[in-house]
Amino acid sequence: MGKIKIQHSKFKIIKMSEVKKIEFSPEAFELVQRLIRRYPEGNQKSALIPTLHLAQAEFDGWLSAPVMDYVASLLQIQAIEVYEVASFYSMFNLKPVGKCLIEVCRTSSCWLRGANEVVAHIEKKLNIKDGETTPDGKFTLKTVECLGSCGTAPMLQIGKQYHENLTLDKVENLINDWSQATEHSKYLDNSTFRKN
Amino acid sequence: MGRKILLKHINEPGIQGYETYRRIGGYASVEKAVKTMTPDAIVEEVKKSGLRGRGGAGFPTGMKWSFLAKPEGVNRYLVCNADESEPGTFKDRYLMEKIPHLLIEGMITSSFALGAHTSYIYIRGEYFYIVNILEKAIEEAYANGWLGKNILGTGYDLDLYVHVGAGAYICGEETALLESLEGKRGNPRIKPPFPAIKGLWGCPTVVNNVETIASVVSIVNDGGDAYAALGIGRSTGTKLISASGHINKPGVYEIEMGITVEDFIYSDEYCGGILNGKKLKAVVAGGSSVPILPAELILKTANGEKRLMSYEGLSDGGFATGTMLGSGGFIVMDETTNIVQNLYTFARFYHHESCGQCSPCREGTAWMEKIMHKILHGHGTLADVDLLWEIQSKIEGNTICPLGDAAAWPVASAIRHFRSEFEEYVKNPESIKEVNHLYNTQLA
Repeated sequence: MGKIKIQHSKFKIIKMSEVKKIEFSPEAFELVQRLIRRYPEGNQKSALIPTLHLAQAEFDGWLSAPVMDYVASLLQIQAIEVYEVASFYSMFNLKPVGKCLIEVCRTSSCWLRGANEVVAHIEKKLNIKDGETTPDGKFTLKTVECLGSCGTAPMLQIGKQYHENLTLDKVENLINDWSQATEHSKYLDNSTFRKN
Repeated sequence: MGRKILLKHINEPGIQGYETYRRIGGYASVEKAVKTMTPDAIVEEVKKSGLRGRGGAGFPTGMKWSFLAKPEGVNRYLVCNADESEPGTFKDRYLMEKIPHLLIEGMITSSFALGAHTSYIYIRGEYFYIVNILEKAIEEAYANGWLGKNILGTGYDLDLYVHVGAGAYICGEETALLESLEGKRGNPRIKPPFPAIKGLWGCPTVVNNVETIASVVSIVNDGGDAYAALGIGRSTGTKLISASGHINKPGVYEIEMGITVEDFIYSDEYCGGILNGKKLKAVVAGGSSVPILPAELILKTANGEKRLMSYEGLSDGGFATGTMLGSGGFIVMDETTNIVQNLYTFARFYHHESCGQCSPCREGTAWMEKIMHKILHGHGTLADVDLLWEIQSKIEGNTICPLGDAAAWPVASAIRHFRSEFEEYVKNPESIKEVNHLYNTQLA
């Protein structure tokens, strides 16, 4: 999914000295094993996308190359197979993001009901542009394509939570709530997948 | 009030949970299917019902099922397409969120009909909160003996799993969805072979939309003939319409096929008229991919007859004066809407979502966005409008999957019906302002 401007690297380059030991928590590790069992033997690669979501939730909301290598080793596939998937899907962040990733829908139905005003308000409030992160690392703003919330437009998503029928008051409140956050916004948690 | 099938019990308190769903007669179709019917008899009923794929293409479901290859000793799969990403469409989300067991029941009954013993629901990643809801419903279905080994003592085994995507419109295309389910990039496959012969992990596979699968429940319960008695002509049964944009009552409505567009937009039972008493300007009737129509053509066909909400009704007149039912994503625009600006959101969307496999789509969608961007920022020329037309005509029909067509049609139809607005934008860009505001804002 190309952007207009040429991007020299989709991935963030990190130095070896910055690489920490990468390992899933025991719960996450166990969940990966359960996810693998959802597919016929030998097709463990099918668990890649859910596992990448889990990795993103475990490691600060983005996928570094060492994290992707770790996922490759867990699923016994080549690292390149992980990179090519991670760089295809829009929900995978290949560079660090703020604690709160605000994703504002910008497609027709939301645009018709004032999505541009929502984006402009957040940009002004946080003093960042679309795609940028605040210097304190708290917020990242990202405009995204249709999230299937057209009847409750305009809307934005933070983690797995949809915030619909937005007013600027609601947006203000969300930003205030999230400015104190200590953990990254997440799409999934321990209750997402059933235990058996 | 029109007849409801899918949303009949939607307002029942507690319908999200198993107990209530079971009390209103839920899972009866599974019992009837596995205990009293053969798989072939179910396929026959679905054929009789005239049910057509509700994801957008409208291909007859019974026929799709009958194409499924059944070689000995090879697994077959049913995959539910819950990757709902077509701009303007949110019906599958509504159904899964409000009445998740209806989908689970449909999956079990349909899997039995197809002889599948493992089935998947592929859901778009952004719908993570619905993954929770579906997982819970599946857990309840297992606990009550509707899933797992030896269902209802009949010897039929079925496992059902939710598989989550990660943000890619293209994965709604069935072969891209299968690629994604195999843990790869969502690049559509060249067909043939069709998934019915060679699908998931090379095995025969049927991919059906959420609403299609949910519709199978009533077809098995009441028979294909009863379903076919609803609707009009070859558009049988009911359809979920996602209504959004400048209307008083946005939301998901179940309509019987064949009501008039006028009734749908203006009656209080559905959209409740245009917001703030404004006039209707245009409608995108079936999700962003289908041609946009101006008010006069969406309300009446070129022959002056009232246009009907059905596959044939909406496509009456071809692309010259008609559109398509598509996914039922019904986006309404009032008289203040700037068609050029709206088209830019679509052009940007398709550029963002092109998988990049076929050059006409990869390059064409990028150029269409660039040119639209140029026009929007006051640097366009009249030649740019012709160039847009030229580019879209070279994408259509020249790609592996229908995303190319889907990107071309909104551009073609906007120019076809609203060329004067493009010209106005090019000649006098200073006079045009953005007019879409938050309607419920208190600040600002």
